[in-house]
Amino acid sequence: MSTETTAGPVPQGGDRRRAIVARLAQYGIYFALLILVVFFTISSDVFLSSANLLNVLRQVSIIGICAVGLTFVLLTGGIDLSVGSVIGVAGMTCATLTAAGFPVVVAVAAALAFGLLAGLIAGFIINEAGIPPLITTLGLMTTFRGVSYIIGGGLPVYGVPDTLKFLGQGYVFGIPVPVILMAATLAFGHIVLTHTRFGREVYGVGGNEEAARLSGVNVKWLKYKVYALSGTLAAFAGIVLMARVNSGQPKGGEGYELDIITAVVLGGVSIFGGVGRLTGVLAGVLIMGVLANGMILLNINEYVQWVVKGSVLLAAVALDQLINRQGKSG
Amino acid sequence: MTSILELKQLSKSYPGVAALKPFDLSFRKGEVHALLGENGAGKSTLIKLITGAVRADAGAVILDGEDVLGHDPAGTLSRGIAAIYQEFSLFPDLTVAENVFFGRQITKGGMIDRRAMEEETARILKDLGTDISPRAPARSLSVGHQQLVELAKSVSRNIRVLIMDEPTAPLTNREVGFLYKVVAKLKARGVTIIYISHRLKEVFDLCDRVTVLRDGDLVSTVDTADTTEAELVRQMVGREVIHDHPVSTAQQGEVLLEARGLSSPKVHGVSFKVRAGEILGLAGLVGAGRTETARLVFGADKRDAGEVIVDGKVAQIRSPRDAIAAGIGLIPEDRKSQGVLLNQSVTFNAVFAALSRVSPGLLADARAERAAAQKLCDQLRIKTPTLEQLVGRLSGGNQQKVVLAKWLLTESRVLIFDEPTRGIDVGAKEEIYALMRRLSDRGAAIIMISSEMPELLGMSDRILVLAEGRVAGELSKDEFDQERVLRLASGLEMMGETA
Repeated sequence: MSTETTAGPVPQGGDRRRAIVARLAQYGIYFALLILVVFFTISSDVFLSSANLLNVLRQVSIIGICAVGLTFVLLTGGIDLSVGSVIGVAGMTCATLTAAGFPVVVAVAAALAFGLLAGLIAGFIINEAGIPPLITTLGLMTTFRGVSYIIGGGLPVYGVPDTLKFLGQGYVFGIPVPVILMAATLAFGHIVLTHTRFGREVYGVGGNEEAARLSGVNVKWLKYKVYALSGTLAAFAGIVLMARVNSGQPKGGEGYELDIITAVVLGGVSIFGGVGRLTGVLAGVLIMGVLANGMILLNINEYVQWVVKGSVLLAAVALDQLINRQGKSG
Repeated sequence: MTSILELKQLSKSYPGVAALKPFDLSFRKGEVHALLGENGAGKSTLIKLITGAVRADAGAVILDGEDVLGHDPAGTLSRGIAAIYQEFSLFPDLTVAENVFFGRQITKGGMIDRRAMEEETARILKDLGTDISPRAPARSLSVGHQQLVELAKSVSRNIRVLIMDEPTAPLTNREVGFLYKVVAKLKARGVTIIYISHRLKEVFDLCDRVTVLRDGDLVSTVDTADTTEAELVRQMVGREVIHDHPVSTAQQGEVLLEARGLSSPKVHGVSFKVRAGEILGLAGLVGAGRTETARLVFGADKRDAGEVIVDGKVAQIRSPRDAIAAGIGLIPEDRKSQGVLLNQSVTFNAVFAALSRVSPGLLADARAERAAAQKLCDQLRIKTPTLEQLVGRLSGGNQQKVVLAKWLLTESRVLIFDEPTRGIDVGAKEEIYALMRRLSDRGAAIIMISSEMPELLGMSDRILVLAEGRVAGELSKDEFDQERVLRLASGLEMMGETA
C-alpha cells in the first residue's frame, strides 16, 4: 500500500470544528430521532404501542416513496416542487380510469406514465430552456394541480376496486402494504445510488457539474432521468394514496412537497447537491412522521404543527449551509 | 521633468520566494511608462503593492511627496492612483452613468440625482472622444466600450496615476487605435500612465520610457527611443534556460491526433498534428486561444468548423464523452472547478470516467474499483492516508495526479495537459514531468499548454505558438529559443502557414 501519509498533524482549530460539525450532521439525525421517540414515549401512553408505530410508518409511506425520487433530484443540485401535484394527478387519473371500467393494470400504467411524462417535461424545460429547477417545478406544481382539478371537474372520484385497495389498505404478515412499498422503494434507491454507474453520475454532477461533464457524463440526459424518476415515484405514491383513501381527490398530495423536501434535507442531503445518503433520508422521513403523530397524540393545535414543521425545515437548511461554508473554508 | 510617483526599496516576499526585490523606480508626471517582463517577473506584485491590494514588506510609495503605502485600494484611489485590470469591474446591469459614479453617487436632497450623473458621464465620455450613452446598461456594450467606461470612471475621479494591465488584450484592431488616442489625451492632461503589455509593438508606439523586470528585480529603465525590440527581449529573458527536464527516449510513431481548421469565436482555423511518443507544447500569451483550442479538441466547447482526426479516422466529437471514447483525456487548467470532485473520495474520482470499464456488470464492483484506485495510487505515487480520503483534502500535486489517474484508467492515448503544474510545489512538479515523459515514452501523444517558459522549452519535443487564436509559428526542438517564442507569441514575427 502506498499509504504514505502526508505529514498529517493532529486536526486542530478550524479543522477539528469542521470534523465535529460533519460528524454531527452524519449522526445527529439519528440522535434527534431517538430523542423525539423518548420524549413522546414519556409524554404519551399510546405512542410506543405497535399499533401506533405501524400507524406512523403508514402515515409516512407516501412522503417516504417520494423522498427517494427527490433525493436523486437534490443530489444533482436541483429541486422538484411539483411532486405534490403529480400525486394528485396520478390519483385522479387512476381513479377515473378504474371508475370508467378500465382494468386496474391499465389505470395504474396510465398514472405512472403521467408521472414519467411530468418528469420529462420538467427535465425538458430545465435542460432546453435553461430555466432554474426551482422556477420550473414551481410552475409545474400549479399547472398539474390545475390538471388534477380538471380531470374530475373539481370533484373526487369514488369506486376504487378491491385489487387496488390492497395497495393502500392491505397487510402482509401484519405489516401495512404501503410500508412495504416504501421500504422497497428506499432499498431500490439505495442500491441505485451506491452501486450503479447512474448513482455515481448523480453524485458527480451534483458535486461539480463541469468536472462531471469533462469526465464524460451526459449531464442533460442525466437530468432527464432524475426528474423522470422523481415524477414516476410521485405518481406511484399518488396511486398508493388514492388506494388508501378509497378515492381520487383533486386536492390529493397538496402541500406534500414541503414535507418531502424537509425530510430529505433533514436526512442530510445537501441542497447544494453532491452530498447525502438515503439512510439519512429514511431517518428524516421518520422524524417527520414521529413529529406529526406525537403532536396529534399530545393534542397540539394543527396550526402550531405547521409552525414546528416549517421551523424544522429551516433548521435543517441552516445546518446544511453551515457545513457547506465550513467545507469551503478549507 | 518632475516625478509624480516614486517607489523606494519596495519589497515583498512570500514563503520561499522573493516576489519583488528592493529597488528604486520613479514615474514622471505625464509620461506613458511601460512595464515589461515575463510571467512571474513581478509586474503584478508591483502593481498590487502600489495600489495597496497587497501589503508590502518594506519600502515606500511616494505620490507627489506623500507616502501612500499602507492604504488599501480605496485609499490609494481616493488619492489619485487607479488601476484597470484585464477583468473589468463593471456592474453589468447598471447603466454606464451608475457605474461611473458607483459608490459616490451625486445626490440632491438625499435622493440620487440621476440627471446630473448622466450629464457628467456624457461630458467625460465625450471628452474621451466617444458617444456611448450614459443610460446604456454596461452589459450591452462591446468589450472596447466597457473599457472606455472603466477609463471614464478613473477620469471622473481626477486620477493622477493610471495603471493599465494588458489593456489591448481583449480589443479589436480598431478599438486598439481608439485606445491609443485616449491614452494620448490623458497624457496631454498630465496623467501618468503605467502601461503593462506583452506586445512590444505597443511599447514602442505608445510609451515614453520602459522598465524591464526579471525575477522580481529591476533590469533597466530606458527611454524607448534608446532601445530596440531585440534588446528588450534579451533583457526580459536574461538567462539561459536550465535543463532539468526528463529527456525523451521514445521513437516518435504514427500521428495519433490531427486537428484540422478548428474554429470557434476565439480560435481561427488552428491545425496541428501530434505523434505517438511526442509532447507538443502549445505556447502563447494569455488570451491567445490555447485553452480554447484544447477544449475544442476535447469537445468541451462547440466548434464552428474543423475536424479532429484520431488514428487516421475522423472522430465525431460533439461532447467530452465522445472525446473520451475516442481515447482523449483533458487535464484542465482549473483543477478544483473542472478536474476533480472535491467532496468525493480518491477512489470515486479515480474511477469516475471509467465506471463501465472497471465494473462492466449492472452493479458497481466496489472491490474492483478499490483495486484499480490502489494500483493507480501506487503507480502515480499519490500520497493519501486512505483511498476514502476526500480529494478536497489532498495537496494540489496529488489532486493533479488524481485527475491524471482518471485518464490512465480510460486508457487515453492522447492527453491534453492545460497548465499541468500551476499551483503545484516544486517536488510534485518534477514528478508530474517524469510522469508525462513516461506516458509519452510508452506511446501516448501529449499536448501541453504552458505559460512557463522553462517548462515549455524543457518538456516539449515541438512547440506550436498561438497568437490571437491563430497559429503564429511552429518550432522544432533544434529551433527552440525563448526569444523566438516570445516574438511569435507577441505578434512581432509571423511564420508562414504550418502544414
